[in-house]
Amino acid sequence: MDPVLPSQRSDRDDDPCHAEVWDLLHRVKDPEIPVLSIVDLGILRDASVVEGKVTVAITPTYSGCPAMVEIRRNIRAVLLDAGFRSIRIETVLHPAWSTDWLTDEARVRLREYGIAPPASTGTAPCLELAADAGCPRCGSENTRVISDFGSTPCKALHKCRACLEPFESFKCI
Amino acid sequence: MPASIAQKDHLIDFTTALGDDSLILGQRLAEWCGKAPLLEEELAIANVALDFLGRAQFFYEYVSELEAGERSADDIVFLRDSREYRNLLIMELPNGDFAFSMARQLMVDTYNVLYLRQLADSSNPRLAAIAAKAVKESRYHLRRSRAWVVRLGDGTEESHARMQAAFDELSGYAQELFAMTAEEVALLGGGVSVDRSALHNAWNQAMAATLTEATLNLFEGDWSILGGRQGVHTEHHGHLLAELQFMQRAYPGLQW
Repeated sequence: MDPVLPSQRSDRDDDPCHAEVWDLLHRVKDPEIPVLSIVDLGILRDASVVEGKVTVAITPTYSGCPAMVEIRRNIRAVLLDAGFRSIRIETVLHPAWSTDWLTDEARVRLREYGIAPPASTGTAPCLELAADAGCPRCGSENTRVISDFGSTPCKALHKCRACLEPFESFKCI
Repeated sequence: MPASIAQKDHLIDFTTALGDDSLILGQRLAEWCGKAPLLEEELAIANVALDFLGRAQFFYEYVSELEAGERSADDIVFLRDSREYRNLLIMELPNGDFAFSMARQLMVDTYNVLYLRQLADSSNPRLAAIAAKAVKESRYHLRRSRAWVVRLGDGTEESHARMQAAFDELSGYAQELFAMTAEEVALLGGGVSVDRSALHNAWNQAMAATLTEATLNLFEGDWSILGGRQGVHTEHHGHLLAELQFMQRAYPGLQW
């Protein structure tokens, strides 16, 4: 199964059955960041229906992301609710998940939720990531890193020097 | 034994050892939970530990598939004794003080970035995919362990002394990072494994750069110890397994 980027989802819209499954899976949110779905995050790699049997491919954000267990459970629940009885959920590791897969809409929603969205990985992935996070509350760029790691594997901790509020940023990976 | 079966056995042993390295260090790091010097470190160490446990799971699940499900990933973790574990000795050493844990992380993170970058080019697509994912995380781990070593090494008299003592204690475990096993050599021809011995120079250089910046003495290789990949562990290994495996040993088959 070839990996599909979220933006490529429209390629499958010709088939109403596929479109329905993608719409359903859009309802599965990240348990830690409930404003984003697994489609927004690029965790959902592929979903297809053949003769009523659904196959879903997902990829973990980080190797040890504990949310994957919950996400699998929620995918199954949503599909069962919609009447599908044969459901297969596969984990794919290639290509490795990247924050570059977050949609623009997802970045806006992250900021509204109070989490600074990730910068583009560009040429220096991970090493410059945290320094220039803009404060999601007041918009100031005068911020500092408190810790490279936050409450979940995908986030880091910052503090805004302008409004003095602490905030989290989505690490760029 | 047909050559293909021998190669498969090598692949199983090789992959198991990679899982063991990640699992044992992940378990050690998790022991910092509730004891880290500050809250941010508490979160950071737990996050790094999770990355290692996640990798271990990927490696063991692959082993389980190679064995056609004879053992599950959980069986591999909870039902093997110390002599069957193949992790490098540096992974199992007790955490010591914070300086010791950061010194170990620097050595392992530096090694992992070099190693995983190569494993990501493995001819085995499964191992390559695990490595390509893990190397991104290890780069991030290295950024932090490097920062701590420089900060503590070039810090107070007390922090400097502790950092130096940690590297002096750990120096003898460095050699093993680069000692090839028989199965790794056997898998090298097909491009599956990584020539670890070839990483030694790059590792030395990277370590020297960081230790110099941290105003620490480079450690001398006047002693070294091997054995982890052969299942000959330090006395600490059994104690670690006792805690890790207690539940399954006391209540076999217990489900979470």
